[in-house]
Amino acid sequence: MTEQGSVDLNLVASTVNGSGSQSANLVLTRAVFAMGIPVAPKNLFPSNIEGLPTWFYLRANSQGYRSGRRRADLLVALDRATFQEDVARLEPGGVLVYEEAFGAPQLEEGVPPHLYPIPFGKLAKVSVPDPDLRKYLTNIIYVGVVAEILGIPDAALEKALTHQFKSKPKALAANRDAIALGRDYFKTNLTKTDHLQLLPLDRTSGQLLLEGNQAAALGAIMGGCTVLAWYPITPSSSLAEHLIGLADRYRIDPETGARRIATIQAEDELAAAGMVLGAGWAGARAMTTTSGPGVSLMAEFVGLGYYAEIPGVFVDVQRVGPSTGLPTRTMQGDVSFAYTLSHGDTRHPVLLPGTVLECYEFMERAFDLAEQLQTPVFVLSDLDLGMNLWMTEPLTYPEQGFDRGKVLHKEQLDQMARFERYRDVDGDGVPWRTVPGTEHPLAAYFTRGSGHDEAARYTESDETYTRVMDRLARKLETGRARLPAPVVDGGSAEVGILAYGSSHHAVVEARDILAASGIATDYLRVCALPASPEVAEFAARHARIYVVDQNRDGQMHQILQVELGARLAERLISLRHYDGLPLFAADLVEALRREETAALVGMAG
Amino acid sequence: MAAVTVKTNLLGLSRDDYKGLATTLCAGCGHNSITNHIVKALYDHGVDPYRLAKMSGIGCSSKATAYFVERAHAFNAVHGRMPAVTTGAAVADRELLFLGISGDGDTASIGLGQFCHLLRRNVDCTYVVENNGVYGLTKGQFSATADLGSVLRKGSVNQLETIDIAGLAVQLGASFVARSFSGDGAQLVPLLRAALSHRGTAVLDVISPCVTFNDHEGSTKSYQYVKDHELILQELDFIPQQSEVVVNYEEGTSTDVELHDGSHLRLRKLGREHNPQDRLAALSVIDQGRQRGEVVTGLLYVNPQAPDLCTAENLPQSPLRDLGEQELRLTRAQFAALLAEWA
Repeated sequence: MTEQGSVDLNLVASTVNGSGSQSANLVLTRAVFAMGIPVAPKNLFPSNIEGLPTWFYLRANSQGYRSGRRRADLLVALDRATFQEDVARLEPGGVLVYEEAFGAPQLEEGVPPHLYPIPFGKLAKVSVPDPDLRKYLTNIIYVGVVAEILGIPDAALEKALTHQFKSKPKALAANRDAIALGRDYFKTNLTKTDHLQLLPLDRTSGQLLLEGNQAAALGAIMGGCTVLAWYPITPSSSLAEHLIGLADRYRIDPETGARRIATIQAEDELAAAGMVLGAGWAGARAMTTTSGPGVSLMAEFVGLGYYAEIPGVFVDVQRVGPSTGLPTRTMQGDVSFAYTLSHGDTRHPVLLPGTVLECYEFMERAFDLAEQLQTPVFVLSDLDLGMNLWMTEPLTYPEQGFDRGKVLHKEQLDQMARFERYRDVDGDGVPWRTVPGTEHPLAAYFTRGSGHDEAARYTESDETYTRVMDRLARKLETGRARLPAPVVDGGSAEVGILAYGSSHHAVVEARDILAASGIATDYLRVCALPASPEVAEFAARHARIYVVDQNRDGQMHQILQVELGARLAERLISLRHYDGLPLFAADLVEALRREETAALVGMAG
Repeated sequence: MAAVTVKTNLLGLSRDDYKGLATTLCAGCGHNSITNHIVKALYDHGVDPYRLAKMSGIGCSSKATAYFVERAHAFNAVHGRMPAVTTGAAVADRELLFLGISGDGDTASIGLGQFCHLLRRNVDCTYVVENNGVYGLTKGQFSATADLGSVLRKGSVNQLETIDIAGLAVQLGASFVARSFSGDGAQLVPLLRAALSHRGTAVLDVISPCVTFNDHEGSTKSYQYVKDHELILQELDFIPQQSEVVVNYEEGTSTDVELHDGSHLRLRKLGREHNPQDRLAALSVIDQGRQRGEVVTGLLYVNPQAPDLCTAENLPQSPLRDLGEQELRLTRAQFAALLAEWA
């Protein structure tokens, strides 16, 4: 075995957007991964095509923690504009690799960093005569320097390069040369004074490196999506693009060459939502993918989908709002909005994937749920989960076939004396539907967003309106039981942590840190709204439950306060993180300790 | 007693099979006349009620889908959004025949963007605009198709330029654009049949006077105004694929347009020469008419060759909604190979 102990190293590379930093970062990530060391990479990028600062965080952690760390053990500073503030984020005694032309940094008091000035610009100029190409290769030189400092072997780099430049042998060679250039420069001109080192482990075999959006795209394909209508928006565009890529490979009829999916780039999110409803009404499995601003536009159609009971899958890869907000930063800001989107009384099933694996599984499942419940179903991911690479256990092939829900065909209608579209014949709030094209005199009905009775006829009757709305509420109760159940860990602690979505990864690490300092916690992760009864049971078992939200107003906290009722609501304490950065375990630990202290002081008082 | 024989069409259905609920629109509303012409066109055309999907938005016009072919599914969408819903449904099931009914508020104001993009995609549907230049359900405000200088019942004068739906459609590259008048069944029925035969979006801008709010002196969408100012481009015969071609026109005075299903639209010229496959000519005839204060009616433009959305998307011939796990999921081997790529 190559197991040689523990490592927890946080590398931060500060570069300029559009300078090819992305491929350098990916090569480094995959090289560390190839050494068997668990990795957690994160991009902090601007809403810009070229020229603004961008940061890449790569955490190599033997325990497999997947949340980030704020401060850097090793900083690669390639952006003059942010040089000084970046240096201030170094851990004491950390390693600073920087462009020599910037000059030596001003250092604060304390343990000084190890300084490795590298003439990146000059090296690139000498070795890459083409100025266009040079721009893209300067960054990859840093990978060579870092590889030399940390002891990343060429074999691991080669594996990463091959993965990155599979189909581009020329680019592969150029990048390989640039890495060698960095490595050689360090070897020849500098002496290693730090003690950072990465030694091979065996903790990544069988694991994948995937973006949440990529996994969700495969989930949609496996879930039988046949209509995608979307409008480009960060951070959800890559989900649509991955889906189109998969469709191009796997949805072509081998005999006719026809494409077994329609992928329509709509004129706006409003139209995209309308296309989803049109397709769902006609019996297809349809979806859209968007982010907060798009969800705002979709409000009108989602209300129609709720009231007219039309299936559809609505993915919201959340970013920071309100309004345009911080388009390239992460947040869980749309939970309340999505849950009751549109005017009037509405409520929608909301799935809350917390891992890349769940992005895949929940996506696949969302299509069944939408058709079973005949209603818009939301999948709420976020930028952190959707656009960053995550180490994940392999995705599994679905064991179940599609459940197309309650659809009546001609043969069944032949046996029936009458059919009423919105009649609750089974007592579960879910009526039967027909799709257009069904060749039977009973099949047709009039779909409308105006008041209607069980037979889909227009009515303004007070009694009928109330009856229909009550049934819709009952239907959601049926849904509650079918949604993904919460994930619970632990059982006898006094303190409970309740989180959802991408906060999961910080919670996992925070619980270990808290346990080491004597605060034992149980953990429940909410995977869907409306919340499972298990959430109330969990709240009843714990004196204090910390509800972790990545938004200012504690949206999940508010929702659960209402859904759990006044008695249990008192036990819920809101912890909120909302600076647009992913949630870091250390911040969560600090916030929870502060609240715990206050709670204990309060009790003693 | 004489035996009563019910006339039937190609499918063996009677006119009554194409009827719907009783109208709730005002007596004398132009929209009701259009409904009657639609019933005739669908009956004559032998449209299978089970294959018909009736689409609409919001407004007086959009209620009309309830008043014909009760045995067909209908979708009354939200205001101005019928194009998006129709687009989604059309790709989900390309075997359906979509007939959309919209109004001028629906199409030219709140739904203008969706209307434009429907044409751009050439979604296979017939799109009827029941155009009265006024908001009826909200009691008589001007719509965006009201002509500059036209007067509302209460006397206010429209100060804004009109949006000419037919002209806009031609400009956007629509593959079938016609204009007609609710009171002119002889022209509208063949146009509707041609629209049903056309593959792609067929726009019919039908001037339809609002008897309550916009049928008075000073309105340019009143019965009297249209009667006095209508410029009919051609007399039309629709010749379905099934029937024998009867030659009843003089050489040199007619044009034949073959539609995708093999049927023909025969145009007998009246005075002016208009080639409906000439886009510039269509724009010109619309604009010239407008300058003279005339409502130009007839088949303005048609391009039977333009591929519709399902063709452009290369979708299978059978409905997407019928595909199952077998066709839609990766095989286990493909799945494993893909994960290996991602490792």
